[in-house]
Amino acid sequence: MLAFIIRRVLQSILVMLVVALVSFSLFRFVGDPINSMVGQEASIEDRAALREALGLNDPFLMQFMRFIGNAAQGDFGISYRLQQPVMELILSRLPATLELALVSGVVAFIFGVGFGVYTALRRRGWVSNSIMTLSLIGVSLPTFLIGVLLIWVFAVEFQMLPSFGRGDVVRVGDWWSTGFLTHSGRLSLILPAFTLGLYQMTLIMRLVRAEMLEVLRTDYIKFARARGLTNRAVHFGHALKNTMVPVITITGLQLGSIIAFAIITETVFQWPGVGALFINSVRFVDVPVMAAYLLLIALIFVLINLVVDLLYYVVDPRLRADRAAARH
Amino acid sequence: MAQPLLSVRDLVVEFPTRRGTLRAIDKVSFDIQEGEVLGMVGESGAGKSITGAAIIGLIEPPGRIAGGEIRLRGERIDNLRPEALRRIRGRRIGMVFQDPLTSLNPLYTVAQQLIETIRTHIDLSEREARARAVALLDRVGIPAAARRIDDYPHHFSGGMRQRVVIALALAAEPELVIADEPTTALDVSVQAQIIDVLKEICAERGAAVMLITHDMGVIAETADRVAVLYAGRLAEIGPVRDVITAAEHPYTRGLMGSIPTLTQTADRLVQIPGSMPRLNAIPQGCAFNPRCPEVFGRCRVERPDPIDRGSRRQVACWLYDTAKAEEAGNV
Repeated sequence: MLAFIIRRVLQSILVMLVVALVSFSLFRFVGDPINSMVGQEASIEDRAALREALGLNDPFLMQFMRFIGNAAQGDFGISYRLQQPVMELILSRLPATLELALVSGVVAFIFGVGFGVYTALRRRGWVSNSIMTLSLIGVSLPTFLIGVLLIWVFAVEFQMLPSFGRGDVVRVGDWWSTGFLTHSGRLSLILPAFTLGLYQMTLIMRLVRAEMLEVLRTDYIKFARARGLTNRAVHFGHALKNTMVPVITITGLQLGSIIAFAIITETVFQWPGVGALFINSVRFVDVPVMAAYLLLIALIFVLINLVVDLLYYVVDPRLRADRAAARH
Repeated sequence: MAQPLLSVRDLVVEFPTRRGTLRAIDKVSFDIQEGEVLGMVGESGAGKSITGAAIIGLIEPPGRIAGGEIRLRGERIDNLRPEALRRIRGRRIGMVFQDPLTSLNPLYTVAQQLIETIRTHIDLSEREARARAVALLDRVGIPAAARRIDDYPHHFSGGMRQRVVIALALAAEPELVIADEPTTALDVSVQAQIIDVLKEICAERGAAVMLITHDMGVIAETADRVAVLYAGRLAEIGPVRDVITAAEHPYTRGLMGSIPTLTQTADRLVQIPGSMPRLNAIPQGCAFNPRCPEVFGRCRVERPDPIDRGSRRQVACWLYDTAKAEEAGNV
């Protein structure tokens, strides 16, 4: 177990280094940062002096090492555009994105698993068929279109929900601001969370359904029925647990992509999260922010992967190989 | 004779398909007496497993029981509502499946699966159920049962897993155990052990066994009576000794002739020419007539019903239709 964790952590570090290399090369290949920082009137001497002061003349490897060293301490430099420390910028935007992603992830998971199980158990009912048909729409409509449609229906026509922003937020602790505690904050969450989670939900639902149908055909389910266990025990005790093994992985990875691809939803709903920050940084070639965002997303993916692998261990006893080996 | 434990009468199982309805079981009748071991043999696809599934009420849809009746101690069980049928499964009729490697849920310990099964049917506390589970495992021959019970299925070998499966099937002390090819997936070396365990425990508890297999050796050693199925129909049924030493149905004779023995020194084993018909192409009359060495006119036209041949023996073959022939002669 310990060896497994150490191995996984080392792998994660390697992945992070590679991503760091990619995001660092942004600095060198996406335009000249000096141009972005100084005005048109700066003289060539000024530029050279600034270049020297920022260490841009040092060898590549040295700059890269310095970048990693700083990044490890949470220092991604100063945003070219906003002249603020990048880390501060990201931290101030992160709660908005994490809350949005968390809500849509949880909703997607609960409804995805629920619908998936329902459609697997009642394969022929009209309710199942409607859910399956609607899920096709969820899979095939692009996120921004769903977002705009929802805004049109619920914000413009019915005027039930706000069409943009986060509503009122409450500060919790040093840097976390939450929208959960105010009425307008919660209302504002509904549309973006639904938009962001819809695709994931249909994906999870279809996965759960397919897996569950597969599991229901296995011998151990037949045997469980032959032992006279109740339908409830067979479906939710035996079948669902086996269904969840692969679903956990996909869901975990989906949580990563929810955070990463919140960009579109955040843009549609003017959600003040890191995704919107990233889009603006791209427009202004704000390389430090882009690099930090890349690294942050990579870190989230790597961490989620790690957690998922550990969850696998908890759920599936067959993976606890070292324990079995010790017994025989 | 006393009321049989299980009585199957004219059982018909059909599978509707796009190209018409297939009859997997066509008017099969047999009884199982209390504590008796009935062997059920036949080629693959003859309907052995489906008969077992029909009795325990687990035919996979769209398959369904389309006719006949199944009685357990005189009480009809083929038309029960699902919930009533569920209470019978495990409690009164247990089932052992072919492959022990896939019969156990890999994510639960043996203890969890046993205790769950016991407590579903018998009102016991967790602790009492556990004690019972340990005793059961011990009885089916799992060494150090009290410790091994908390292991997961993958910690056990195939033979050991089949012992666990037997323990699970017998957990609520059913009166009848349907064993569907319980040794087919096992090593030859452990097959005999598993059959012994199954037979011993069932004898000890007075449970009858319906042993589905195509291993005539197992039948000869274990069963009291044997039923031979062919293309979803009963060809012959009778005491195992009689059927093996003096088979009457030409199909059974062919089946017995194809078993190698140590005493005979034949160069070639007897082979029945041709193969069993597909369910959508069963010939008119006797299903076996195209392959039968003793076929005559009537066999191609009229389907033979099982004919009583004394000592609880029945053969579905026109060769033995003396009664009807005499009747016809008298009239």
